Amino acid sequence: MYQVIVIGGGVIGGALLRELTKYCLNVCLLEKSADVCMGQSRANSGIVHAGFDAKPGTLKAKFNVSGNRMMETLCKQLGVKYENNGSLVVAFDEEQKKTLEELKARGEANGVTGLHIVDGERLRVMEKNISDRAVAALVAPTGGIVCPYELTIACIGNAMDNGAALYTNFEVVRAEKTQSGYKVYSAKGECVEGEIVVNCAGAGGGEVAKAFQDESIEIKGRKGEYILLDQECGNFASHTLFFTPTEKGKGILVSPTVDRNILLGPTAQGCDKDDNTTTQQGLAEIVQKANEMCKRVPLFHAITSFCGVRTYTDKHDFIIEESKTAENLIHVVGIESPGLTSAPAIAKYVVEEIVGKKIALTPNKNFNGRRTADHFFHRLTDEEKSELIRKDPAYGNVVCRCEQITEGEIVRAVHANPPATTVDAVKRRTRAGMGRCQGGFCMPSVAEILSRELGVPLEKVNKSDEGSYLVTGVTK
Amino acid sequence: MIKKNYDLIVIGGGPAGLAAALSAYDNGVTDILILEREESAGGILKQCIHNGFGLTRFKESMTGPEYAARFIDEVQKRNIFIATGTTALSLTADKAVTAISAEEGVFTVTGKAVVLAMGCRERSKGALNIPGTRPAGIFSAGTAQKFVNIKGYLPGKEVVILGSGDIGLIMARRMTLEGAKVHAVCEIMPYSSGLKRNIVQCLDDFGIPLYLNHTITKIEGKERVTGVVISRVDENKKPVPGTEKHICCDTVLFSVGLIPENELSKKAGVEISPRTKGAVVYQSRETSVPGIFACGNVLQVHDLVDFVSEESELAGKCAAELIRNGAREKRSVNVLNGEHISYVCPQRLDLNREERVKLFFRVGNTFSDCKIVVESGGVRLIEKKKKIAVPGEMETVSLSKETLARIKGDVTVRLEV
Amino acid sequence: MKYRLICIECPMGCAIEAEKEGDTVVSVAGNSCPRGKLYAENEVICPMRVVTSTVRATDGRMLPVKTNKPVKKSEIFSVMKKINAQKVTPPVRIGEVICRDISDGADLVAAGELL
Repeated sequence: MYQVIVIGGGVIGGALLRELTKYCLNVCLLEKSADVCMGQSRANSGIVHAGFDAKPGTLKAKFNVSGNRMMETLCKQLGVKYENNGSLVVAFDEEQKKTLEELKARGEANGVTGLHIVDGERLRVMEKNISDRAVAALVAPTGGIVCPYELTIACIGNAMDNGAALYTNFEVVRAEKTQSGYKVYSAKGECVEGEIVVNCAGAGGGEVAKAFQDESIEIKGRKGEYILLDQECGNFASHTLFFTPTEKGKGILVSPTVDRNILLGPTAQGCDKDDNTTTQQGLAEIVQKANEMCKRVPLFHAITSFCGVRTYTDKHDFIIEESKTAENLIHVVGIESPGLTSAPAIAKYVVEEIVGKKIALTPNKNFNGRRTADHFFHRLTDEEKSELIRKDPAYGNVVCRCEQITEGEIVRAVHANPPATTVDAVKRRTRAGMGRCQGGFCMPSVAEILSRELGVPLEKVNKSDEGSYLVTGVTK
Repeated sequence: MIKKNYDLIVIGGGPAGLAAALSAYDNGVTDILILEREESAGGILKQCIHNGFGLTRFKESMTGPEYAARFIDEVQKRNIFIATGTTALSLTADKAVTAISAEEGVFTVTGKAVVLAMGCRERSKGALNIPGTRPAGIFSAGTAQKFVNIKGYLPGKEVVILGSGDIGLIMARRMTLEGAKVHAVCEIMPYSSGLKRNIVQCLDDFGIPLYLNHTITKIEGKERVTGVVISRVDENKKPVPGTEKHICCDTVLFSVGLIPENELSKKAGVEISPRTKGAVVYQSRETSVPGIFACGNVLQVHDLVDFVSEESELAGKCAAELIRNGAREKRSVNVLNGEHISYVCPQRLDLNREERVKLFFRVGNTFSDCKIVVESGGVRLIEKKKKIAVPGEMETVSLSKETLARIKGDVTVRLEV
Repeated sequence: MKYRLICIECPMGCAIEAEKEGDTVVSVAGNSCPRGKLYAENEVICPMRVVTSTVRATDGRMLPVKTNKPVKKSEIFSVMKKINAQKVTPPVRIGEVICRDISDGADLVAAGELL
């Protein structure tokens, strides 16, 4: 019997789960995939937005600015890479320059600090590869970048370290009202019981609501395709570069990532909410737009392309409220951009203002908000590394050449919270396979380590969800 | 076990590193350390279990492991130390190598000279930006080769291969022999970049169709690959609408080129050629950083391991000379790519060296009845008729001592068609 | 009858033209070496191939193996069946015979070592 059940292991569910463990509560997370962070938190731009975009008075505006202020501390506690690199909204003509002024005013109304506009000359000093056609830019010094899956995994891992339970491969299909709350059933017939249920199921938010006989949530999807460039081009841009927004949205951006890759994207194309296929047109559009924003875009150094689905509702603002029909079911859905930035603030609000109104919140004295980073090994000095290798020689065995990831780190990820049980899960935690060869060298070894550590034959090791087997069997 | 200083440090214990170390040893430098990241030496040859290696060098057809064993035996005879399970993490221009291993932890060794012999890696599928999903079942041909030949697992049963480079062709046969069905090999170019004999013995022998001027335009499948769409491409390599063909498969192999693995070289400030993606070198295989040499596939992607061995012996010998005699002053000219030439290696000549120089190069397209011309200062040094020249096969031309003496300024290699 | 062949004996891949009358090869042209001539003569009468594959060792590792001479191309899959049925116990040295007379007098030999 849990006091709170969180459905959906994305950044919202993760931040919320961690926030709940700050109190003496018995909580769990239900995730339909084989690993956490498999939906939109996995594939997005990883931007910590300053907050000039959202219309004043919306939930987006409220949580964006406060989330932005919380992000750096949260990342520091969790050992998550965060960089306050600043954002630039670039104008290419006089009309757009006017829009910059509007954005600046809007941002100031939202409480964003430090906003200012620079001319083309100054802009070119700030970003040497910016297009010659750029005439001005709005500078948002509080804009930043974070790795979205690293943050999500760290939040969930830290919550688990503090006692939260995780159920993966648990797709919620049915819920039964009980005297004290709900029995929640998975597609496979497993059941967990809890008093309060929070729906953070992202793309699945509508289905989860329906499992509680609440028909009010309709989630729609928009596809965002990306191209990722090699770390070799890491210095191509230092700020996050946005086009001046139009009616159609924020458009394609050019941004460094915290791991020193360059990210180009996303496109914005209506789609089914589980359609994460890249398209010829989408990829072509990214190339065209990136070339409009910058000169000499090193597209030759593309190492992968991917697609994330961004979900939204027709309200076009976050929905954070108790269900009107199902008591003690709290919806936190329609979390479109700036959802990642807002996550810490939303989590705090939901726990303190909604959950806290229903059950007593007693602070958990044993709560430890710190977590050893998954990439801790790379922060050690050579002497510290040698010391660790003496204790555990697996840290001396480099498995992923491109990112220089050792067997020790992979084994650790398999057994840490939340456990990595698939090749992609190992990749998201350790970066093994994230580099320029995209797992060509290390994937067979990672699969073997998983097979050994999980005690399953290699045929049963998956890339990701069930059915994504890597090999069909032994040759002889 | 490992000392702080060595005369020569060789990074990589594959065919290039082994040959370089042997040659340095036989030229008088015996204080050598070879760093090998895998558990045993031999490099990629360990998984190349097919035959056809060694015809040029040993006049017999050997498998990859057999070819490697010849060199490993010689290295062992000379007691040259191979630090296995040891990955070089960084290299400085002062020839200090920082490496990591289970036995030694993180350590730094310095050499009087360093030979870079890290080999190459496969271009990934990601680099191609093929639309569709990213399910399991997509492998580079080399990864599949490792699964089948080293680990003993079959990656899939219904296979489509993109790229007709040698590894792709070899894997088409290999997967077929192990019970898979290879439905197609697609090649975006109008010609295969693999050896002709591999088309015959790997595809034709098994009735596997080769689609030239074709590429994969979509990958399907949510968890595991369920199929691909292939399309014909036009002269600009753009897919032609209406030519799509759907193939059901559970596996896609990519064999779309090899890239020299020069991360360490770059850390040391070694100048890299945008053409070869390997170091810019003199004929001695010394790079722009004095005392750092490069050879084998980390320098230029060779067609045959026999040529890797030959080049590496040259590098090892020259490194030994430098260690024994100290650096000599260079009189340097550039070797330039002329018309229809995609690259030449070495890119520089030191005219103070007198031994015969072999220039390796590749042509940019398929040509017949053409002429290779080497000229310098408006003077034709060499003319060599060529019945057929294709990008898939490395060409060579030799400059004798007398020819070298006639060089006045930069040298250009070009193709007259 | 005339046959156009690509020689597979070495990387040069010579284009060879061979002529057969009945069961006799009457002419071979286009080869650059005697091996090419032999290849063409065999190829139009009875194509032969060296088979390379692996055999699993008792400890689970894979041993590279090859036939020590070419076998009939038509026999490749039956040779593979026999290869797949083999099991070796390390240590195995290069050249060690794994299976005698796997096809028409050709032996299956170790093409790598397992220590």
